Amino acid sequence: MPGEIAFYLIALFTVAFAAAAMTLRRLVHCALCAAAAFAGLAMIYLQLDAEFVGFAQLLVYVGAIAILIVFAVLLTRGDEVAPGNKQSSPSWMAEVAVAVLVLAAMAIAILRSPSLHRLASPGAAAPVKRIGEELMTRYILPLEMVGVLLTGALLGAVVIAMRDESEPKQPERVVSHLSDPKEEVVSR
Amino acid sequence: MSTPLSHYLILSALLFSIGFAGAVARRSAIIVLIGIELMLNAANLNFIAFWRYGTHPEALTGVMFVLFSIAIAAAEAAVGLALVIAIYRQRKTAQVDRLDSLRG
Amino acid sequence: MKYVVQYLWLIPALPLLMAGLGALLKRNQRRLAASLAIGGVAVSWLLSCAAFFTSLSAHPFRQTWSFNWFDLADTTVPLGWVLDPLTAIMLMMVGLLALLIFIYSLGYMAHDWNFTRFFCFMSLFAAAMLGIVIANSLLLLFICWELVGLSSYLLIGFWFEKPAAAAAAKKAFITTRIGDIALLLGMLWLYSQSGTLLFYDHGHGCLEQSSLARLAAATTIGGMAVSTAIALLIFAGAVGKSGQVPLHVWLPDAMEGPTPVSALIHAATMVAAGVFLVARTYPLMSAGPHPAALQVITWVGAITAVFAAAIAVAQNDIKRIIAYSTISQLGYMMMGLGVGGVAVGMFHLITHAFFKSLLFLGAGSVIHGCHGEQDIRKMGGLRKLMPWTFATYAVGMMALCGVPLFFSGFWSKDEILRAAWAWPVSTVPFCLGAAGAFLTAFYMTRHASLVFLGKPADAASPAHESPSVMTVPLAILAVFAVLVGFLGTPAWPWFQAYLSGESAALSPSALIGGPQLALLLLSTAVVGGAFFLGWRIYGKAALQSSREIDPMQKSLPALFGLLQNKFFIDEIYAATVLRLNAAFARFADWMDRVIWGGAVNALSALTVLCSRLNRAFDDSGINAGFDLGCEELRGAGGFLSWMQNGRVQRYLRIAGMGLGLLLLAFIWGCA
Repeated sequence: MPGEIAFYLIALFTVAFAAAAMTLRRLVHCALCAAAAFAGLAMIYLQLDAEFVGFAQLLVYVGAIAILIVFAVLLTRGDEVAPGNKQSSPSWMAEVAVAVLVLAAMAIAILRSPSLHRLASPGAAAPVKRIGEELMTRYILPLEMVGVLLTGALLGAVVIAMRDESEPKQPERVVSHLSDPKEEVVSR
Repeated sequence: MSTPLSHYLILSALLFSIGFAGAVARRSAIIVLIGIELMLNAANLNFIAFWRYGTHPEALTGVMFVLFSIAIAAAEAAVGLALVIAIYRQRKTAQVDRLDSLRG
Repeated sequence: MKYVVQYLWLIPALPLLMAGLGALLKRNQRRLAASLAIGGVAVSWLLSCAAFFTSLSAHPFRQTWSFNWFDLADTTVPLGWVLDPLTAIMLMMVGLLALLIFIYSLGYMAHDWNFTRFFCFMSLFAAAMLGIVIANSLLLLFICWELVGLSSYLLIGFWFEKPAAAAAAKKAFITTRIGDIALLLGMLWLYSQSGTLLFYDHGHGCLEQSSLARLAAATTIGGMAVSTAIALLIFAGAVGKSGQVPLHVWLPDAMEGPTPVSALIHAATMVAAGVFLVARTYPLMSAGPHPAALQVITWVGAITAVFAAAIAVAQNDIKRIIAYSTISQLGYMMMGLGVGGVAVGMFHLITHAFFKSLLFLGAGSVIHGCHGEQDIRKMGGLRKLMPWTFATYAVGMMALCGVPLFFSGFWSKDEILRAAWAWPVSTVPFCLGAAGAFLTAFYMTRHASLVFLGKPADAASPAHESPSVMTVPLAILAVFAVLVGFLGTPAWPWFQAYLSGESAALSPSALIGGPQLALLLLSTAVVGGAFFLGWRIYGKAALQSSREIDPMQKSLPALFGLLQNKFFIDEIYAATVLRLNAAFARFADWMDRVIWGGAVNALSALTVLCSRLNRAFDDSGINAGFDLGCEELRGAGGFLSWMQNGRVQRYLRIAGMGLGLLLLAFIWGCA
């Protein structure tokens, strides 16, 4: 019983923050709500006896990705939509409808499946030692590849986001067909 | 654990569709990326739930998958946000509906 | 002495080689061309003399030599040559005449532009004629027969720029062709019946006893013996080549050719080839108990003799008179073969060769001297201006007319008349022969009077004597015209004995005995009477030099007109045979243009139509369909590309929709 209540609470928490992250107007708020949602998920992992994953979630998602998002928001500040302009795309109702469709499909699938009544098997544990052993034996190759991937992503991100100082400063121009002449002028 | 598996799955589906809705309905590129992270997380939750409630939890399959998924999501988030920043620098906008030069 | 026969082929081969070499010469290499031709013929004649002397060695003499030309499955086709008295005497005559006439041509054709071509063709002719003479196979004879016809065509049409010459050449070739078809049919029939075309082949030849007996015994349509039928077909070939009635029409027109050609070909040799053919195949002609072929030959010959002589009376062209005279004498030869046998006909052939070629060459000399004039009414008084020509011409004329005792024509004609008188079937040929002799003497008197007597027609540019290169052959021929006659007199019938393989005995009493004396006197009377009549009508008139209208024409205009127009034979042929031929040619042309051409055009139009349809189908069907397809594809592509608005969120939305629908489909599918 208490596990169930805990689950419901954490679930509610997570969903609420996730919804908030997707609907709030100001980007920083969105980022922080997302971080909270990640944290909520971490708690669920913990409840599911996947402690290492839960902590990894906290470390990586909340500690790195959420911060990264905040940095990105701060670096792209100038584009904040002025109050009055629509935050969501013009066809947001259609999009939401599609999302509801997806949800409905998945929900139906879940509810009709035998998982409805499956209970947890007792004694499932993921000790770190075991995780380490698995990583070093069975999952050694994916481990190395992820290492390479992370290195590449790191370098790539640096290169992409690097301000190119060697090129002469070019007059800023907007290529988009829908650009509003008013918003061509950059205000920083 | 007395909560049935379906609860976790419903939660995961819910998070997924919320993330999807956000990714598809918001104009800011960063919100899109956040939505994508949410979707990834929902999937991770799915994996952990099935690991916990499934047969052979001693194989740690779900856990390993999620660990890798988290690592890759981190890399992807880094590159994606770097891209957003680069685009912002170039185009002075991070609104995805303005970034349509690949239109046919 | 077999090698003589074996190398007999050299005799025609040498002139043939010279003809081949001559064809390669350029137009200005005149001396070389003439030397080649004359040299070839001279050596050939020397070889002929050798062959002749060989043939004197035995009585009777016949040697053959044959070889297989080619094999056709299990049959072989042999060719060969034969040396017997007939061959030898012909070789001597043809060779000598060819040599003399070639030498004469040096002078006659000296101013001609195509000197080298002339000698090339003449050599070809000489080779072909000698080939006919030596042939032991009817096939080889036919080949050379055709070659002779070809040479005649080439030489008659030598001055082909003249339309008359070209037409005459064509006429000669086509008319003789009609005879040649019959000859070919006879040849094929003979081959099928006797299995061989060799004349003499050690008993197996088609003219030898076993074959002849078989041929004479077999009968064909109308109860005629096969040998007679074949003989008539072969004779038809001779009719064409020797200018017998009704295929005589080409010979007068052949006078368009140069005079040496007329002398060699149309007097002495080629036209004699027909007579020679009959003489060669005489065993076939006379096979069986009742040789009907010989009767036909006699009648045709007799009719021709009188017919042509009558026409000659009214002609005005110097060469045409002699041409008709030739036709008439050929008729005599055929008649002689029919009534008297090979020796009688051949004797006249040999003597005629000499005096007729003499007359032709003399006429050529006259034409040359009169600067190309050929109408005898415009000539006259050449006796004083061209003495040599006149003397030799006189000898020839007297030989032709048959002036007794000294001139060869008398003796040969006498043989014919004697045989005709003794012919068991009928004496009409004899009467016709005698009438012909009268007419011959008459027209020759007219001819000679108008040409040589009287006053010169054109005093402004007088005629001149011909150079010696032309008069010396005339003299030689005149000598022969006299001497050859003495080879066949009844007193010493060497010629007849030689041909029949016996030995001749000198018996002067034969001249007097039996009907011989009566015949001699009769022919003398006939000739004398004709001379007198001719002199009365023309000789005196010539002296009076008023010859605007021919005296005979004044007195007998209708008859004269009929004779002058050659009994309108040419016109009859033109109205019947030629019109039929032309109509058929027009019909064939119509068929070709309209029917066959129309079919071809229709086919091509069909092809064009098919191609047009194809093109239309291709354009409107395939191309248009393809273009339409491509347009649709472009449209679809355009639509798809329009769908890509570059916005990622829309793509994501669609992916989501797809996911949802797919899930639902799975759920309902598995439910």
